[in-house]
Amino acid sequence: MATENTEAAIPAGLASIEAVGDALRGANYIPTRAVATSVYLAHHLRKPVLIEGPAGVGKTELAVSAAKALGFELLRLQCYEGLDESKAIYEWQYGKQLLYTQVLKDRIDALIGGTSTLEASMQRLDGFDDLFFSRRFLEPRPLLRSLEQSSGSVLLIDEVDKTEDAFEALLLEVLADYQVTVPEIGTIQAQVPPLVLLTSNNTRELSDALKRRCLHLHIGYPDAALERQVLHARVPNIGPRLLSQMVAFIQSLREQNLRKPPSMAESVDWARTLILLHANELSEDLVQDTLAVLIKRESDITEAQPQLAKLVKNALAAAADS
Amino acid sequence: MDSAINGFVRALRAAGVAVSTVETLDAARTVALLGWHDRAVLREAFGTVLAKSEDDRILHDQIFDSYFSLPTQTAPKEEADQPAAADATEADEENLDEQLELERAAQAAGVDEIRWSTQVAYFTGRMMKAMGREGDSELQRKARDVVRRRFELYGAPATEAFMSEVLVQRPIGRLVPSDYERLKAAIARMARRLAQRHSRRRRVHQGERLDLRATLRANAGHDHVPFKLRWRQRRRDKPRIVAVCDVSGSVAAQVRFLLLFLYALHGTVLDLRSFAFSHRLADVSDPMQLLPFDDAREKILSEVGGGSTDYGQAWADLHHEHLSSIDRHTTLLVLGDGRSNYGNPRLDLFSDLAERAARVIWLCPERPGSWGSGDSCMLEYRPWCTSALHCTSVEDFERVIDDVLRVAG
Repeated sequence: MATENTEAAIPAGLASIEAVGDALRGANYIPTRAVATSVYLAHHLRKPVLIEGPAGVGKTELAVSAAKALGFELLRLQCYEGLDESKAIYEWQYGKQLLYTQVLKDRIDALIGGTSTLEASMQRLDGFDDLFFSRRFLEPRPLLRSLEQSSGSVLLIDEVDKTEDAFEALLLEVLADYQVTVPEIGTIQAQVPPLVLLTSNNTRELSDALKRRCLHLHIGYPDAALERQVLHARVPNIGPRLLSQMVAFIQSLREQNLRKPPSMAESVDWARTLILLHANELSEDLVQDTLAVLIKRESDITEAQPQLAKLVKNALAAAADS
Repeated sequence: MDSAINGFVRALRAAGVAVSTVETLDAARTVALLGWHDRAVLREAFGTVLAKSEDDRILHDQIFDSYFSLPTQTAPKEEADQPAAADATEADEENLDEQLELERAAQAAGVDEIRWSTQVAYFTGRMMKAMGREGDSELQRKARDVVRRRFELYGAPATEAFMSEVLVQRPIGRLVPSDYERLKAAIARMARRLAQRHSRRRRVHQGERLDLRATLRANAGHDHVPFKLRWRQRRRDKPRIVAVCDVSGSVAAQVRFLLLFLYALHGTVLDLRSFAFSHRLADVSDPMQLLPFDDAREKILSEVGGGSTDYGQAWADLHHEHLSSIDRHTTLLVLGDGRSNYGNPRLDLFSDLAERAARVIWLCPERPGSWGSGDSCMLEYRPWCTSALHCTSVEDFERVIDDVLRVAG
């Protein structure tokens, strides 16, 4: 089937699961095996990936990095309540249509000038009826644009749980068959199926129909080894000692009873903050001063405050051991 | 289609993971792509293809481990054993013959049909008969292991699902302590369902009324020729609920459930204040929100629990101290049996509260037939309630709360 045609054209970064992993690492994204596997399968099974997980663990970042790693263009559709097909798929350029009818008025007059009856004029115009509802007046939005990319693309549908059920249903055609239907023109098929990644923060249950069309990937909080690698990749000039202490501290902080534990994005921010402050090692005062970077909720800060001294001490000890 | 994939999908379905035919086909394509040789890779890949949520994924990983392991091994520990495997090849081959025989016998005996743990002996007997080697006690032990593993794969999850289903329909007064863990899970599931359904502000079309301003603005680019119409939309507010829960001796059997229910609600409804009382009323929103359930329950019961009921006093406390929390947007939710020990029911205060609130919903664990008997004041309170309902099971409660959240606002 179609797979054979594309076989020759598989980018080097998608040849195997390891290749996907290496390519992503090349783009400064440290993938777990689950992440690499799902990107690999998404391409080879031609299915979109639905990425779930807490905020700030790198769901969106994965799409950005995958585009960079594979040399594809990234098309991003940010979802929100009230998003409809005119924003997501296509829109007619009404203004341009109006303008063209005005400008071409003389030509149209001339065209039907020779006819004597209304019916004859209509007949002559019939031959041109597609003129104003043609591809020329179609404004493609992200979904349609991604289907029209001839060199492959990554389509990121961000926070799909923010949309309504009705829009989810609209997505199904794109996700299942990589095509969209414009009533006036017909069905537009993808030249090269894009790599589609959807992210969700789980604010509402997505429909079964949507889930069934997607592969599922859950990205959770990173473990110590992964966190180390990511911090090292994102903040290269951090010293090994500070790095170990930070990782130990953040890991133990996540085990506290917090509403919103710090996620990857916060720990990268924190690492950058500590570098700015020229810190060489963790101390209780330093943590106190910079805690707001790591924990964003007031109630969580009050919850963590009394534990800080103990957590810092343990982190220092753990880092010294390793 | 590969019988291994088929069997695996069947085991997943038995555990409650909804795997469709499309996903089964995807699994087959995955195997065609990656081959069978790398177990760890396949586990990751199947998890991505077959599971559709995080919960599914956890189930999947468990079932993968027990399904794709040798029938007579008690635990999947191949990875650790690998270095020693080279020496053991010969013994393995003999072993393999035996395992094949056991596998065939299991198929002949229809062991996959097992549903209850009491059937283990029966299926072991059938397997021994199929192999024609009754009396071989060593083999019988192995056969029983096989049957037991199949039960864990196919039977146990189905039993668990069945028990949960029964549980949500069972009257709460008849629950036994051994049900509580399962009940907790069932209620947590219920709360999650409710939260997903109601947590967001909903926009609703208000009839089909044109929003003139928005329409003009949207069409400014077209010389105000209205190509795009904009309709008026109304934002529906999040529901605001004040819950009052009776934790006195007369409802002792149900207290645990009522509190559990209230606790689950705190995860669902953002604007919820809860109060508990026997005779004095206390605001229990904080422990409900901050503590794990068992700690919260202990704290609440030690504070207000166990005494003799006095609804009149509770209304008085609510009226004096927390009147400001009830306004015309509030739904007042009462959980209790309305038995007030012949004390003054203080209908004057209750009616005042009811008139201030948008609605009053009373959920009573007693059947309507016994309302008004003995010291029950349900019949006196009922006229002031928007609805007074007899609620006995988890299912009942879910339905009522679903309605409350839908109408509120």
